[in-house]
Order: sequence, then C-alpha cells, then structure tokens
Amino acid sequence: MNIVINGKSQQLTSSKNLSDIVSAFCKQSKHVITELNGTIVPSDQWAQTNLQDGDALELVTFVGGG
Amino acid sequence: MMTFQQIKNILNDKSHKAVEELAQEAAQLTRQHFGRTISLYGPLYLSNFCSSHCTYCGFHSHNKIQRMKLEPEQYRKEMRFIHAQGIRNILMLTGESYKHTPVSYLKEAALIASEYFQGIALEVHPMETSEYKELFAAGVDGIAVYQETYDRARYAQVHLSGYKKNYDFRYATPYRAAEAGMRQISLGILLGLSNPSQDLFALYQHLRELEKSFPGVEYSVSFPRLRTVKSATLTSGDVDDVQFVKIIALTRLLFPRVGINLSTREEPKLRDHLLEIGITRMSAGSNTSVGGYTLLEEKYQDPQFDIKDERSVDEIVKLLKAKNFDPVFTDWRHIENSL
Amino acid sequence: MTDTPLVIAGKSFTSRFFLGTGKFKNKKDLADSITAGGSQIVTVALRRIDLERHEENILGFVPPHVTLLTNTSGARNAQEAVRIARLAKASGCGNWVKIEVINDSKYLLPDNHETIKATEILSAEGFVVLPYISPDLYAARALVKAGAATVMPLGSFIGSNQGLKTKEFIQVLINEIDLPIVVDAGIGAPSQAAEAMEMGADAVLVNTAVATAQNPAVLARAFALAVEAGRMAYLSGLPLQHSMAKASSPLTGFLYDDIPAN
Repeated sequence: MNIVINGKSQQLTSSKNLSDIVSAFCKQSKHVITELNGTIVPSDQWAQTNLQDGDALELVTFVGGG
Repeated sequence: MMTFQQIKNILNDKSHKAVEELAQEAAQLTRQHFGRTISLYGPLYLSNFCSSHCTYCGFHSHNKIQRMKLEPEQYRKEMRFIHAQGIRNILMLTGESYKHTPVSYLKEAALIASEYFQGIALEVHPMETSEYKELFAAGVDGIAVYQETYDRARYAQVHLSGYKKNYDFRYATPYRAAEAGMRQISLGILLGLSNPSQDLFALYQHLRELEKSFPGVEYSVSFPRLRTVKSATLTSGDVDDVQFVKIIALTRLLFPRVGINLSTREEPKLRDHLLEIGITRMSAGSNTSVGGYTLLEEKYQDPQFDIKDERSVDEIVKLLKAKNFDPVFTDWRHIENSL
Repeated sequence: MTDTPLVIAGKSFTSRFFLGTGKFKNKKDLADSITAGGSQIVTVALRRIDLERHEENILGFVPPHVTLLTNTSGARNAQEAVRIARLAKASGCGNWVKIEVINDSKYLLPDNHETIKATEILSAEGFVVLPYISPDLYAARALVKAGAATVMPLGSFIGSNQGLKTKEFIQVLINEIDLPIVVDAGIGAPSQAAEAMEMGADAVLVNTAVATAQNPAVLARAFALAVEAGRMAYLSGLPLQHSMAKASSPLTGFLYDDIPAN
C-alpha cells in the first residue's frame, strides 16, 4: 500500500502499525512525534494504530531553534 | 519610579540649585506635553451638609455653620453666573452626605449643569460603581477624590466619624469611577496633614496602579495645602513654598502627562510662578461657599477654605495671555456619553 | 545583594539568560554553551524528521534539568502555531511553548495579532505560553488577558545583532506590564544584554550571537555575566538620568527673594 510520510510517497510491502513504521524509518523512537491524517497519535498508541492505503503521516522531532 | 528614599532626599534638599534644576526640567516637560495651555474651571458648592467629621475642613459635621443645600432654581442662578464669567468646566462639590445629596440630587444637578457647561466634574462623597454609571450617563465625566493622607494612622486621627472614616473604600473610589466610565479622575493629598514624602510616594503608587488598570483615563493631581478657614488655622501646615514647588516639579517629572491642578488656596504670586513650572489646570473667579456667587452676602457665607487668589476669570485670562499662556475653557464637547 | 528568582508559571529560575539552540555549527558547541552560560531555559524547534540523514537527537545535548521551550517557528498563523505546540506536548517533554508566528520572510517580524490568538487557545489548554512579539503595549495587554506567562518583545530583527533598537518601547512594557518581560531577538553583544537588564527586563533570550561566535561557549559565559551585572545594576537603583535642561530664565528665584543674605 501507499502512504505519504513527511510529504513523500512511500510504498509499504505489507500492512504495518505505527510502531513498525517508526522503527523502520527513524533512527530512534525517543522524542518522535507522530501525526496521522492530521491527528496526533501518542506513542503509547502506536502499536494499536494500523495504517491504511492513502494515509498521510508526519514524523517530527526536536531540532535546534531560536 | 522613584524609591521613597529618593523622594525624601529630593524634598529635603533645600538648596536653591536643586529646586531650580528640578523646576527647569519640569517646565520643559510641561511645555512638551501640554504646550502653554492652562485649563480653566470653576467650583460650585451645592451643599455643605456633611456627615463626616474631618478635623481640617470648614464643613465638618461638628462645625457650627449654617447648613445649606441648593435646590435646582438656586443652583441654576449660580450656574448662570459662573457661565457668564466664561467658565465652561464646572466642578460641583458637596459635603459628604448620602442623605442630603443622594445620587438623584447629583444627577439632576448634572443634567441642569449640562445646559451651561461642557465639562462636568464632581467632588462629592465616594460612591459605588453603579452610582457612578448613573452619573456618567447623566453627563458627569470627571471625579475628584483625594485620599488627603495615605498614612492610615494619621488618616484615622483626622477622620473622626462618618463615611469618610473608611480609608479603603475611599482608596478604591477611583477604580470604581474608572470602571463606570469616568474619563477624568483627580487624586490628591492635603499637604500639611502628614509627612509629605510619605504621602507623595503613596500618591504616586496609587496613580501608577490606576494607570495600569485604566490606561485610558485622563488623570490629574492636586496638592491643596492646609489653609485657614475664616482666618483660623486648623492644623499646622508645614510644607513651605520651596517644598511645594519641588512637589509639583517632581510630579511633572515622574508623570509627564498627568494634569496638575492648583486651586485658589494659594497666593496669586505663587500661582503665577507655578504656571511656568508645571501646573496645567486652575480655578478662576472662585467662591467656596454654598450660594456664594449670587445668593448670599459675603458676611453670611461659610467657605470650605479661605481663598487667597480672588482674581476674576477676566483677570486670570488677562494674566495668562500676558504670560503667553493659552487659557482653555473647553477641551471637548459631549455628543453622547457611552462606554 | 541577592536577587529574587525569576518565576514563570510557578517555576523558579536563578538564571535570567535564556539560550536558543538554532544555527550552531555542531551539537557539542551547543552543549558547551548551555553549560558555560548556565541557562536553565533553552528554545528548540520542531521539524519533520529527515528520514535519509538520521540526525542525532538534539535533546541528547540538553542537560535534563533545563526547561525546554519549544518554538513554534515555521508557523505562519495562529492555527499552525497551535498545531506545532500540540505536537511538542505530545512528546512528553513538557508544555512550555514560545509562540513565534512569522509570515514575513523579509524581516522575520512576528505577527502580534496571530500570536494573541494562539496564546488564547494554548493557554486555555494548559500550556505555559511565552509569546514573541513586536513591542506594542496593546498587544502586551491583550497577551496578559489571554493568559501568557511572560511577554517577549524583540530588541531588533532576528539575527541582526543590532541590539535594543526598540528600547523605548520595551521600556514601556517593563513599566506597564506586570508579567516577566524577556527581551528576545537582536541581542548581539553582552553589553546589549546588560543594557536590557539595567532597564528592568526580567531576562533575555540570545541565539544567533552565541551560535555564530567563533567560540560559542566563551561568549555564552560572557552573556551570563553581563545579564547578572545588568540585573545587579538594576537592583542597586541606578541614579535617575536627567537630561540636563538648558537653563532659560530662572524659575525659582522668587522663592529666595525674601531671604536675607547671611
């Protein structure tokens, strides 16, 4: 299925939950914040959140800033 | 904002150099913010019934004077007279009496006053916000309420009975008036009652807090000095002319846009000099007795305080113009009072 | 003479020097600067994770006792700022947010109006809101009403190092607003930070100057000292600076006319 992660289209081979996605795409899961289709998903719900074709996912974290 | 110690040091420094420097700076600031305008007003005493016993006042409840309260036809006469002198800002005063001069009486007076005057201010007993709202709707746009002294112990000593005894209610009055929409609020201390440095510091704090809470109000301050009444001195006044000048100059420095008022308690010569230094409002052609303009002969009059400057409005205007000041009778005209 | 702590939203701080974490050459410089400057509040931003590069997490370089202030930089309006703030909160790293709403790539001036709107929303949601604005008294009053925890007026344009171009307007806020005033943006030198503190500011926030210095940690320490010096000067009660009015004709001679010379 196809999902958009951080504005870029990604092909997923099989159905995944958010926990899998974060492990797959992020170096570490600490301080990763997820927003699925405009809604924030807290980390304790990642394992139960399954992705579907066409979902838009934002993975954000802290960076330096003024 | 100055500390108390700084104010004390300034007031205690008697050197001519110090007062001259202060005066020069105050004069410059006043010119910057007010140009050379002097706002003129006239007092009208409507009633001397008073329920408070304040030891320094000619109207106090225990003083044996002829108690009078003007009815509409009577104060109309007074108003016509004052109007004919050229005055367009009226300050209506009463003793402190909810009973004799309730809100309804004051409202009626305000409505009638608006036939003759553009600026209508009251110096009466402290009232509730709802009452100020009624008065505002009736055309009153200014309130004068002086704490007299901010020293609680001294306040209790000189306010022996009656509503005025309540320090806190009086202190909060300008807030209630501002809440009700009053556009001009005048604060003051009676110099000579208590330590001038302390009272000045407290007055400044009162004013600062008001400015923050109600920034849209036009504030002014007065520094009446304890005076004689029918030539009897009530309490020792010990703020001399040098200190007086300093108080006015310092106020101008710390509050560049606040009006500074000078009543006719002060001698003409001093008043004239103070024009350059920082005052921006003065009364003219004043009479401080109820019915004193048209209704009572002088020997029957009971003034609140003795007037030292007896010049008529015309004489004051002449003087101001001679000194290149711009006498202002009206600052604004009412269209409609609304919050 | 000891100072009282800076209290924001009930939390006490002994340092009045906030540090921004943007523009540093490397993370080690950042960590050293935070330590050297003794900052107890630092700003960070939120961005999409770069999935290709796998950058090191910046929070690993911020000591645990330091309060994180997430900047809503990137937001062009209140709604975007609110979204960023909520994302930051979801990280579990705290709910302190610096509202920075900028829809201006030429000057990077903040939108006071949108900032007020964002403050109302976020403060109602329990965030500790530190809004960044152009110094304007009405905006500051509205922010007080909206529930802001401080007001952060800019000294000059972000990154300009021009110091307190808005000095008189900041002074008005210090005089009239009863919230801590944190001067933010444009502070380019410790002397400027000291100047802000001498005026009565409650704290300063510096980023560009430190991050782009040759030796950031040393400059961070210099800033910390300057902030302390300025604060002490303010507490000591600096003498009033009179503009010496040019004497025209004497005004008070009349007071001494009658005094016999002796």
